[in-house]
Amino acid sequence: MADKSHTIYLDNNATTRVADEVLEEINPYFGELYGNPSSMHSFGGQIAQKVRQAREQVAGILGCDPSEIIFTSGGTESDNAAIMGALAAAPNRRKIITTRVEHPAVLAVCRDLEAHGYTIVELGVDREGRLDLAELEDQLDDDTGLVTIMYANNETGMIFPVEQIARIVTSRGIVFHTDAVQAVGKIPLRLSDSEVCMLSLSGHKLHAPKGVGVLYVRKGTRLTPFMLGGHQEGGHRAGTENVPGIIGLGKACELAAKYLEHENTRVRHLRDKLEKAILKKCPGAMLNGHKTDRLSNTTNISFEYVEGEAILLLLNRFGICASSGSACTSGSLEPSHVLRAMGVPFTSAHGSIRFSLSRYTTEEEIDAVLDALPPIILRLRELSPFVPKS
Amino acid sequence: MWEYTEKVWDHFYNPRNVGEIEDPDGVAEVGSLACGDALKLTFKLDENGRIKDARFKTFGCASAIASSSVLTEMIKGKTLEEAARITNKDIADVLGGLPEQKMHCSVMGMEALEAAIANYRSGGRQKQRPSEGRVVCACFGVTDSEIERVIRENDLTSVEEVTNYCKAGGGCGGCKGEIEKIIAAVQQDKIKLTKAAAPKRGAKLTNLQKIQLVQQTINEQIRPALRAHGGNIELVDVEGNKVIVAFRGMCAQCPTSEFTMKDVVEAKLREFVSEELFVEEAPVSE
Repeated sequence: MADKSHTIYLDNNATTRVADEVLEEINPYFGELYGNPSSMHSFGGQIAQKVRQAREQVAGILGCDPSEIIFTSGGTESDNAAIMGALAAAPNRRKIITTRVEHPAVLAVCRDLEAHGYTIVELGVDREGRLDLAELEDQLDDDTGLVTIMYANNETGMIFPVEQIARIVTSRGIVFHTDAVQAVGKIPLRLSDSEVCMLSLSGHKLHAPKGVGVLYVRKGTRLTPFMLGGHQEGGHRAGTENVPGIIGLGKACELAAKYLEHENTRVRHLRDKLEKAILKKCPGAMLNGHKTDRLSNTTNISFEYVEGEAILLLLNRFGICASSGSACTSGSLEPSHVLRAMGVPFTSAHGSIRFSLSRYTTEEEIDAVLDALPPIILRLRELSPFVPKS
Repeated sequence: MWEYTEKVWDHFYNPRNVGEIEDPDGVAEVGSLACGDALKLTFKLDENGRIKDARFKTFGCASAIASSSVLTEMIKGKTLEEAARITNKDIADVLGGLPEQKMHCSVMGMEALEAAIANYRSGGRQKQRPSEGRVVCACFGVTDSEIERVIRENDLTSVEEVTNYCKAGGGCGGCKGEIEKIIAAVQQDKIKLTKAAAPKRGAKLTNLQKIQLVQQTINEQIRPALRAHGGNIELVDVEGNKVIVAFRGMCAQCPTSEFTMKDVVEAKLREFVSEELFVEEAPVSE
């Protein structure tokens, strides 16, 4: 039996470990430094100073002006605020364009708006998860109030050509939002040179704590605030700031900028090693998503004729953490909407496993997964009534 | 993460009686790859008509594997009459219980057992599970008699429970209204009254009212169900009693679906708007 005391965490698209440097930075703000940044005394003022610094750190990794940063409670709030706020600011436009593979924080909001008289266009993807930009262009019209398309997909790691999409959309005078929760810290961004109007990011996906996020709003973008009650965040997002979270996110962004190169070299190397060996060692294994247009840390692999929850729970015995697009793990009865949109057949959609690495992933951990996984797949295939007899 | 009992973990980690019996007396396959779980059960009788050996192969999650494994243990040594009395509840009980959303795994075990016994009694001719009744849930191929049975044997009172036990209603959701009616028929006064408000049906409709009601019914009754399945519907036009719609997404290509979406939409519109309506699919343009 493998050593269970060591957790091998390969589920970093779900959440990440808070970096030690971040934890150290935010600790005092849970303790003696508890002032309110809005207060008219220096005890609070020193906190405002730190929040300002965090705003600059976030602006640094996004390549934008600090005044364009709104701190929120996380990616979901940022997505909600962007979609609702942009539509409220353009009440005569009743059409939203998005994709079928968005995160529920976008998709559920759009579909809810459909019941309020909005027309929602969900662009499909091909077998490798790519969009047809000609279809997007065809759909843009004077009624379109917002286009919201994710930067990178959380399940497959597929990267959309967001800069190009932003140019197409904004050239028609339409607001463009992107959910970049999975992209920040993995893909270099320079929003001052881009046409992206709004961008969501989440702290806990890049080694900051949970409960903090950012909505970037480009200067000149019309956005109606949806949280009222105070002057914080330039009146865009009322409520006393989550000071430790914001300071932690600032530090995490600074670190992410430093590790960006690492993500795309060392992390990619480990991901490629893992992926290649799994596809080679496990019968019936196939990659979901395009081979190259992908985040450097993510691989999504389907194992034909076996079921995802069973794989995860057997991996769990070795302390290995991953996730699955199978129906069983979600508590629903249908497999991942992303894989279904890509047309992944049912024979493999139920058996899909996502491994997502981070800067903390080691070569030993990858080797341990490669030792543990093939026997698990073989064992489940022996149990499966669908595997053809050899 | 699911909260499984020690017994479920044990049967998942160490499944008993895995495999297939060569030349079995009874064999059955239930479930499918599309549905996410499937079970092949084989058994052999001894000279006294007791089950001497039972083997299984299962595609599915931990609780599906555990349910199958424990089932093979439960039936060994039993006569077919005794085995036939095993219900899904018995399987779940022996496992020390299953999470609500996983109860369908125990139902799959019971169905496989029934089908394998029927296979034996038909002299091996009957290969598939005898399907009684009419298919209500087309996504998962569940019939009205199967739904009635899980309601009765497990004392179910809501659509959600029915979905947990036999998957019916867990796909596009188009059959939820019908499941509600079956629950009402079986349980009568026991059901919780949580019906979603349906659009009101007036006696005579003006054209404008009809169109509004059609749109409202599509928005509230039909689209959410299609959405759950990755599909969508658009109201293209209304000409007299002809409602022209267009479908998008997955529902149109669902591999297990034996019915057309058009029929489902028509039934809903007739229920909520007017008996005279009929539905046509818009021709694919370009």
